[in-house]
Amino acid sequence: MFEQSISTLAQKLRDKEVSSVELTRLFLDRIKTIDPQLNSFITVSDELALQQAKAADTLLANGNATSLTGIPIAHKDLFCTQGTLTTCGSNILNNFIPPYESTVTSRFQQAGAVMLGKTNMDEFAMGSSNENSFYGAVKNPWDLNKVPGGSSGGSAAAVSAGLAVAATGTDTGGSIRQPASFCGITGLKPTYGRVSRFGMIAYASSLDQGGPMAKSAEDCAHLMQAMGGFDDKDSTSSETPNDDYLTNLNAPLTGLTIGLPKEYFGEGLDSKVADTINTAVKEFEKLGATIKDVSLPNLQLSIPAYYVIAPSEASSNLSRFDGVRFGHRCENPKDLMDMYTRSRAEGFGREVQKRIMVGTYALSEGYYDAYYLKAQKIRRLIKEDFVNALKEVDVIMGPVAPTTAFGLGSKTSDPVAMYLEDIYTLSVNLAGIPAMSVPAGFVDGMPVGLQIMGDYFAEAKLLNIAHQYQQHTDWHLQTPDLAKGAQA
Amino acid sequence: MNWEVVIGLEIHTQLSTKSKLFSGAAVGFGAEPNTQTTLVDLGMPGALPVFNKEALRMAVMFGHAINAEIGMTSVFARKNYFYPDLPKGYQTSQMDHPIVGKGYLDVTLEDGTTSRVGITRAHLEEDAGKSLHEDFHGMTGIDLNRSSTPLLEIVSEPDIRSAKEAVAYVKMIHSIVTYLGICDGNMAEGSMRCDINLSLRPKGQQEYGTRTEIKNVNSFRFIEKAIYTEIERQADILEDGGRIIQETRLYDPEKNETRSMRSKEDANDYRYFPCPDLLPIVLTQEYVDDIKATLPELPSQKAARFQSEYSLSEYDAHVLSSSRAMAEYFENAQSVVKDAKLTANWAMGELSKLLNQEQIDIDQSPVNAIAFGELLVRIKDNTINGKTAKDVLQAMWQGEGSADDIIEAKGLKQVTDTGAIEAMIQGILDANTAQVEQFRAADEDKQKKMIGFFVGQVMKASQGKANPGMVNPILAKMLKG
Repeated sequence: MFEQSISTLAQKLRDKEVSSVELTRLFLDRIKTIDPQLNSFITVSDELALQQAKAADTLLANGNATSLTGIPIAHKDLFCTQGTLTTCGSNILNNFIPPYESTVTSRFQQAGAVMLGKTNMDEFAMGSSNENSFYGAVKNPWDLNKVPGGSSGGSAAAVSAGLAVAATGTDTGGSIRQPASFCGITGLKPTYGRVSRFGMIAYASSLDQGGPMAKSAEDCAHLMQAMGGFDDKDSTSSETPNDDYLTNLNAPLTGLTIGLPKEYFGEGLDSKVADTINTAVKEFEKLGATIKDVSLPNLQLSIPAYYVIAPSEASSNLSRFDGVRFGHRCENPKDLMDMYTRSRAEGFGREVQKRIMVGTYALSEGYYDAYYLKAQKIRRLIKEDFVNALKEVDVIMGPVAPTTAFGLGSKTSDPVAMYLEDIYTLSVNLAGIPAMSVPAGFVDGMPVGLQIMGDYFAEAKLLNIAHQYQQHTDWHLQTPDLAKGAQA
Repeated sequence: MNWEVVIGLEIHTQLSTKSKLFSGAAVGFGAEPNTQTTLVDLGMPGALPVFNKEALRMAVMFGHAINAEIGMTSVFARKNYFYPDLPKGYQTSQMDHPIVGKGYLDVTLEDGTTSRVGITRAHLEEDAGKSLHEDFHGMTGIDLNRSSTPLLEIVSEPDIRSAKEAVAYVKMIHSIVTYLGICDGNMAEGSMRCDINLSLRPKGQQEYGTRTEIKNVNSFRFIEKAIYTEIERQADILEDGGRIIQETRLYDPEKNETRSMRSKEDANDYRYFPCPDLLPIVLTQEYVDDIKATLPELPSQKAARFQSEYSLSEYDAHVLSSSRAMAEYFENAQSVVKDAKLTANWAMGELSKLLNQEQIDIDQSPVNAIAFGELLVRIKDNTINGKTAKDVLQAMWQGEGSADDIIEAKGLKQVTDTGAIEAMIQGILDANTAQVEQFRAADEDKQKKMIGFFVGQVMKASQGKANPGMVNPILAKMLKG
């Protein structure tokens, strides 16, 4: 049951083969049995989930259900959820129970979805391994000695291990796609502005974007149906109407042109990962697509540009965590400065502190032009690269990450190696375009994700391409032994 | 040495929008702490700003009023610093691309001279909350009602050369924003606050001296006094061979002195950068033109109209148009009186005197414009004379009723019946035969001096009710015998 798609489960719910309460109990039990090994949840909201499941069963009984009604899903712990602890993976929010609901989670509520709980993540979404969580590292369900990727590592691990039908994630520099790749699930980072950021705790506002993480492209389409669309509470939200992501899933791929950027296949890419991606691309040729070489010449610059822009915005976004109104406040502050410095020093982990420092430096008088402004210029170049390439091809494909999931602790002492993990994902955020990670094979027993990047607001197209691929491959249907071991 | 003072002003005007600059919370003064807030003003995690278009319209109106370039693309930036009443840890303001660019104002001084003050820019920004240091047992209370209230910060060029000019400029800005209806102009409640940048240089020197900034001065009088004391302080230091330290100072009206708040070394590096939560504001020419076309009459335009339409002097027109409330009062009263000169004299004279005595604004006057006009009508139609009218106005001020009610109740109606006046004069002449003899014996020059005695007697006998315009010719005729 836990392996089934949203469409199948929705049908079963409508046919009364299973109730939402039963389905929710099943997943809550799985979380109880399996999650101690993974640590993918920070909060499991049993009571609320059962309440919502009951309500969903009533909707189902009355025939007022959407395809998400009664489906148990999980939310990354940076979406504010009214009445439920929202930590953002940080000690500074260890006591933060929002009195409001994010637009994304409230849209899922309206669609009747059930929230199982809040998933673990790198603190403030800063990280590529989920080792930066105050609530402990998350393990990869395919190999408990490996990382699940980050920052949405909890969501990826939970979906991969069958602890939730699907989950939300956010992607600032690859935080949906890379963990999706590492855990063998499907993830979509939508166009910037497609999904409302209201109630999503900000890391880097101009890059952050929420999106779906699920077993298949079709499931992602179901999630996008609910979470996408304009929100007047987010000024950067696009007024372009939300697409229907389901209707075109079955369109054939004949005539599709796929661009392969040579920069995505150069030095640093694991050769076995490269082989896997090349095999996947051949599959698309079989499905009627033509392949073209394209170039994204400024790819290398995306790392320095990202690691200036994102920390700069973060240094400002995270100023509100000052111990004054909510969150952690140090014991017995001597004075105001002491309260600020100790609350923040105790509340933020090392990676967050580091990025605040980097961002503060980059924005400082005398450095602003050399760092922040320069980075913005690079950002424009990167965007132009994509715009130009996408004039020649419909979509661009490449790996999501240079390697499969790496060992826990193997890169924590080498931040540059860790940052290089993001080389294939960052540029997409800088450009603001949508991109997916689609399971495309295994290397030494660990999943590999294929990245599909498209033009602005081409989410429906990306989902169609991924879905067609998934109709002809079964990589997305593979489940780790850990998931199968438990009762289902 | 002969010092020249160089002043530039930053005026923060609170825009009178219904809701805040970036949230739907109501804007208002005096509400219970933290009752006029939303997630946005509280700086809650995940809360996002949504720009209030009404503030934009107001800023563009102001831009037109000061002959400024309008920023067709303006950008909000974050000014980052930590303070407990700044909930987000940054103030959303505008830096490189303000909504209003270069403009100017021609400022009329009391002596009638005019000088042009350049305006560098005016930009939109949000206000911070308030820290409350009393009543919290050594702790600090935070009230975020004011957080995210819209401000328009108007920055002048260092073109101002005296305290008087500074005050005239601020008054003019005050008059413009209240005319436009974009600010209530209430300085006591902080709706307009002024930062004064001031430096001295030897007369004739091109280069500016080191300046200080006096923060948050909130009345015309304090602006003038703060400037005088700061000029004196700086001159004393310079004349003793000292150097001015670039710093921020506070004006203490009780001690009439400025004192150091923080020096340049302690100043924050605000790390301005474009706010990624807000898109740049891009205006269309049509939007800008529409606002220009529907701009209300401005003080200078009103003054010009008062001169042409009512034949008022330049001075009278300027005084009466300096505040929108005064101009409206004048025009409403004038519509009843239909004698502009009479209305202007009384509005600027007796009425202003009473307002000053009570330290209230014209819109708080207990006598409204129409009632005031009806009083002046009774002067115009000779029902009462000017002297009596002053008493009637006083009674109206005390709430004793309309002009006609008071005239009636107190029997103040002028005597205009020729027979009655003749009878009264005859009585005076009969009672003062000696003086009449003297008068008749005197030459014309002496007579002119002596007639005042008789007029006084007649007015006294009539308890001021005799119409002086009638008394004089009749008296002159009867004295000649």
